[in-house]
Amino acid sequence: MKHARIAWAGAVHEAVESNRELLLTRSPWAGKRLKFDEVVWLPPLAPVPQARTILALGLNYADHAKELAFKAPEEPLVFVKGEAALIGHKALTRRPQGVTHMHYECELAVVIGRTARHVKKENAYDYVGGYTVANDYAIRDYLENWYRPNFRVKNRDTCTPIGPWLVDAKDIHEAFGGPMNLSLQTTVNGKVTQSGHTRDMIFDVPTLIEYFSAFMTLQPGDLILTGTPDGVVNCEVGDVIVTSIEGVGDLINTLGE
Amino acid sequence: MKNNLKPYWPIGTVYGALLNFKREWDLRAPQMPEAPYKGAPKAPVLFIKTANTFTASGNNIVIPSNVAEVDVGANLAWIFGANASVVACVLVNDVSIPHESYYRPPVKFKCVDGFLGVGAQAKSVAEVQADVVVLTVKVNGQSVQSVNYADTVRASQKLLADISEFMTFQEGDLLLLGSDCLPDGKRPRAKMGDMVEISAPGFESLVNQFVGAAA
Repeated sequence: MKHARIAWAGAVHEAVESNRELLLTRSPWAGKRLKFDEVVWLPPLAPVPQARTILALGLNYADHAKELAFKAPEEPLVFVKGEAALIGHKALTRRPQGVTHMHYECELAVVIGRTARHVKKENAYDYVGGYTVANDYAIRDYLENWYRPNFRVKNRDTCTPIGPWLVDAKDIHEAFGGPMNLSLQTTVNGKVTQSGHTRDMIFDVPTLIEYFSAFMTLQPGDLILTGTPDGVVNCEVGDVIVTSIEGVGDLINTLGE
Repeated sequence: MKNNLKPYWPIGTVYGALLNFKREWDLRAPQMPEAPYKGAPKAPVLFIKTANTFTASGNNIVIPSNVAEVDVGANLAWIFGANASVVACVLVNDVSIPHESYYRPPVKFKCVDGFLGVGAQAKSVAEVQADVVVLTVKVNGQSVQSVNYADTVRASQKLLADISEFMTFQEGDLLLLGSDCLPDGKRPRAKMGDMVEISAPGFESLVNQFVGAAA
């Protein structure tokens, strides 16, 4: 099942995908069908009682590490983001005036499904609730070598679109054998600029869950953004960026000023 | 002094500022032009304390079995209300596994379960002048550090303005205004069994005992 959170008719609703439409699932609109372009798409994540932990990986694809002139890391290079960075599908991300290099990053996002502490790799998938697509923008003009990648590059309002769907983990495991067998692609104004495959991650999803849960307890709704492959290019105001992951979704974003 | 109100507990994202005391900045200044930093930081250097780190005052903080002692990071923190306004202050202990390098994000050093002691009492911002607050850190009753917010690199409003250039604080978020180091550049350390108290005039003290991991 593919789940969405949307705003429509003055309120926020839960929905699922059904025959290329949205099917609302809760009272008073349970059963109501809506077209994809009739709604405002929100991050497909249920609210959580306290701040969601959002972990994001840097240099987790060997080709991207090479592209950025780094040798592959020996342990996960991870940073943390705040929730205010998240926005939904078909939203506008702000590109500050005067910057020279702002690029998308198409990433498989893992949504934790149950409390994970001291999880072993072989059981890690039991703790995954689902998967979605994240576009973790970076503005390289602001890179500094202090707790790099620093927050001015990676924790900007509106700079982490996520969605459109939260896809049940079970669906990805049944259809593809798991999350490590998915192709990724980004287009800018319809032209393919990034293509890769999740099998090329340096640290795969089970390894990441084992690594993090060894020292930090993850809660349902927490996110792990698993990094991006080779092929990031500068984008300008007005560009339409579509980050796609096979079986998970096509996340559309436009840069605004 | 005890109050009968429900203890404060963070609901938003907890941000912290690194290198916000002149002493630590000055001690590190000679290395700043060198690799891997290649220059002094321009924007505030930030980190996040994830929700798994929150520990109420009075509760134990577990030191992982692979480290002998941890850094005590006494901080005054701002609590945000609606429209990114500062509404209250709270004492926190930003516990870290000691780390010399500030090059990569400190997740494995700072986001360990239990590694943020949180004071029980949030005081209205109207009652606290952040830039003159003095914190006292005691380990097992012995005073080990005095943290004076007159000694910051960025005074609180300047810090907020420089961060707000690129991100907006949400209702319930916290900003740790910085922790100072000792004259040798290190922070006070806590080991298994130590009782750590952070106090400031007018605030209920933040107290946590450090214990070993259960076998």
